[in-house]
Amino acid sequence: MIKQWFKSGSPWIWLNAGAVSICLIFVVGLLGLVTVKGGGHFWPFQVAEFVYQEQGGQPETLVGQITDTSVTGAAMAKAAGYDMAEDEDTLVQYLIKTGNRDLTGADFRWIRERNIQRQRFPADIIVLERREWGNFYGYLIAVKEGGNTIAAGEQALPVVQERIAAAAAIFKEITRIEKKEIGAINYGLERLRLKQKRFELENRWEPAAEKRIAAEKADYEADYERYQEQLGELYRQIRRDSLVARTASGKELEIPLDKVVRLYRPNAMSLGDKTVHYGRKLIEFLTDSPREANTEGGIFPAIFGTVMMVIIMSIIVTPFGVIAAVYLREYAKQGFMTRLIRIAVNNLAGVPSVVYGVFGLGFFVYIVGGNIDRLFYPEAAPAPVFGTPGLLWASITLALLTLPVVIVSTEEGLARIPKSIREGSLALGATKLETLWRTVLPMASPAMMTGLILAVARAAGEVAPLMLVGVVKLAPSLPLDGNFPFLHLDRKFMHLGFHIYDVGFQSPNVEAARPLVYATSLLLVIVIIGLNLAAVQIRNHLREKYRALEG
Amino acid sequence: MDSILRSQAKSQGRQEVCIKIENLKLFYGEKQALHGINMEMPKKKVTAYIGPSGCGKSTLLRCINRMNDLVDNVRIEGKILLENEDIYNRSVNVAALRRRVGMVFQKPNPFPKSIFENVAYGLRIQGINDKRTLEETVENALRGAAIWDEVKDRLNDNALGLSGGQQQRLVIARAIAIEPEVLLLDEPASALDPISTLKIEELINELKEKYTIVIVTHNMQQAARVSDYTAFMYMGELIEMGHTSELFTNPKKKQTEDYITGRYG
Repeated sequence: MIKQWFKSGSPWIWLNAGAVSICLIFVVGLLGLVTVKGGGHFWPFQVAEFVYQEQGGQPETLVGQITDTSVTGAAMAKAAGYDMAEDEDTLVQYLIKTGNRDLTGADFRWIRERNIQRQRFPADIIVLERREWGNFYGYLIAVKEGGNTIAAGEQALPVVQERIAAAAAIFKEITRIEKKEIGAINYGLERLRLKQKRFELENRWEPAAEKRIAAEKADYEADYERYQEQLGELYRQIRRDSLVARTASGKELEIPLDKVVRLYRPNAMSLGDKTVHYGRKLIEFLTDSPREANTEGGIFPAIFGTVMMVIIMSIIVTPFGVIAAVYLREYAKQGFMTRLIRIAVNNLAGVPSVVYGVFGLGFFVYIVGGNIDRLFYPEAAPAPVFGTPGLLWASITLALLTLPVVIVSTEEGLARIPKSIREGSLALGATKLETLWRTVLPMASPAMMTGLILAVARAAGEVAPLMLVGVVKLAPSLPLDGNFPFLHLDRKFMHLGFHIYDVGFQSPNVEAARPLVYATSLLLVIVIIGLNLAAVQIRNHLREKYRALEG
Repeated sequence: MDSILRSQAKSQGRQEVCIKIENLKLFYGEKQALHGINMEMPKKKVTAYIGPSGCGKSTLLRCINRMNDLVDNVRIEGKILLENEDIYNRSVNVAALRRRVGMVFQKPNPFPKSIFENVAYGLRIQGINDKRTLEETVENALRGAAIWDEVKDRLNDNALGLSGGQQQRLVIARAIAIEPEVLLLDEPASALDPISTLKIEELINELKEKYTIVIVTHNMQQAARVSDYTAFMYMGELIEMGHTSELFTNPKKKQTEDYITGRYG
């Protein structure tokens, strides 16, 4: 009977189907987990006020948001040193985010359910997102302008929202001036300094040049003075207002509004308000720079860096890989050597990526970059220009890493072009080169795209080699900006994969940053899927266009 | 061999010779595939090669436009004279030769491009990109290949959307668009249905007014219908060549007779 069943092939089919389902479950589970954990981070959850009394202690008031619950069996809890009542089956603990790190020293606190005496959700609890010290939870008391109270109690809320909006606008202007305008001035001054040094090195430091550079420098400095004045005024404005808030324990605190990102009352928000809040937070996440050691704010520089690096890598690896594959398949005499090369190429794909990082650092950064600096940027010494990890070297290293994929798939594509097509072209008087350019390569382009898709998928997710050749925790400026020559290949950049590692493991406040890890992971997956879909779209279009002969 | 040549010369009378093959030997590595072929093909006539599979007729055909150069390990001895020039001379530009000697293959092999671009391909290779010239030549070529009426409204459609017979005529149009002197047809109708085959045969009859045509065929009736001269090959040797009517009605060699009466092959 069993034997019959085995013979029928059903167990085999079940096994196959089972394997596929497990794969699906894993994929869906992974995406689901990341989406739920990461996506939930931006939702304004209820904030509770607890009256809490530790055993033998005084009752205290806590305000915070429950972020996690842990349930432990009684026996286990006893063994761990908790004293348990006879009728208790489980030890229930809540992790609450209490914020106010500047006052208590910690953002989070575990409390026991048993010791909670009262719990309520007052509508007037405020959450302050701050530029420093994380969130603040408490109650709004008053708003001050230049030290004088201008609103208090119920009137304080609309006034403070208005003032915060004004302060945020000023803050934006300040950031713009500091980053863009003064950044450009600094960039220009640095270029002038290098120019001067270059003239001196070349013994062309003549009065004429000296005068010209001094004039330009004076221009920049005049600009700088002007901006500095403007900044001073803006800083005076933004520091004028402040708010007074009370913590759960009754302590009053004055917080200047230039340190506040936003203020909201989660318990008083309707579903619509919460959705709007969620949307704003999401947009901030996607378009803003990180703050507070990457644990708050957005990740725009990391998205930008990742996409930029992938694009530059694609630009390098595609022509390079295609040309190599064309030589191997079309021109090289097939034999021992080509076989050896193919084996070597395939093995390159299996080399651990961190090895590529080490190679990139040793060869590209130090040897190639060092020599470029010596030859072309002698004036910058001892500061390196290309002799230090940067976007260009990261892209080239990843291009090298993904080269085998492109070569292999292009070769397969070339091999699949029917001989009759080549002969048809040659019979019309085309040379081999013309045949390649006009028919064979276009027909093989879907295969090249396949290679590129695989390369992009691999490169976008790679972290280990990047840590060695150009990715940093926080890059002060994007590799693409308004200062000539606009694309700065020598700059260090941020990357989503490394950002996940950094926020998750290197952050001073791991607990607070954990949701961001999930959110960033989700985004990385989305970016990779997006890049892939774009490439797949192009490939399908090409496939349709160059549909090979049937049979 | 001499007798064949002599009988050929007699039967051909004062025909102008277009292609002359002299003692052609071809080796695939160690294996010899053609054993000293001698023949002459007259201008603006249709010459058919017949013979059983693997007898070397396609190989011989592919020597005429040097398609065999693409095969690894091929060695060729002897001469092929096209208008008295040896095409295997080292100074010959192969691409230029192939412009003079067009070829149509057994299976239709249109490029995955539009119908128009397929026919214009050879011209574009020669650097002709003038729109008016291209349009004119493409139309003439398509008319010449008797397919114009079927495709004139969809010149920009992909050529792979045509039927097999249409594709084959398109490929012929592509070959005649560059106005070659010789057309080599390698079993052009073997992959087609009877109606398409008939159309191709009619087309060959029209084309011989302008081109010297060499056709390889498996089908003896086809050879009898379309060709002026027929060469029978067997095991890499030319057994007999002559006027088609004469060869089929009155073969001089026993092997030829056996083949055309269907005793083998």
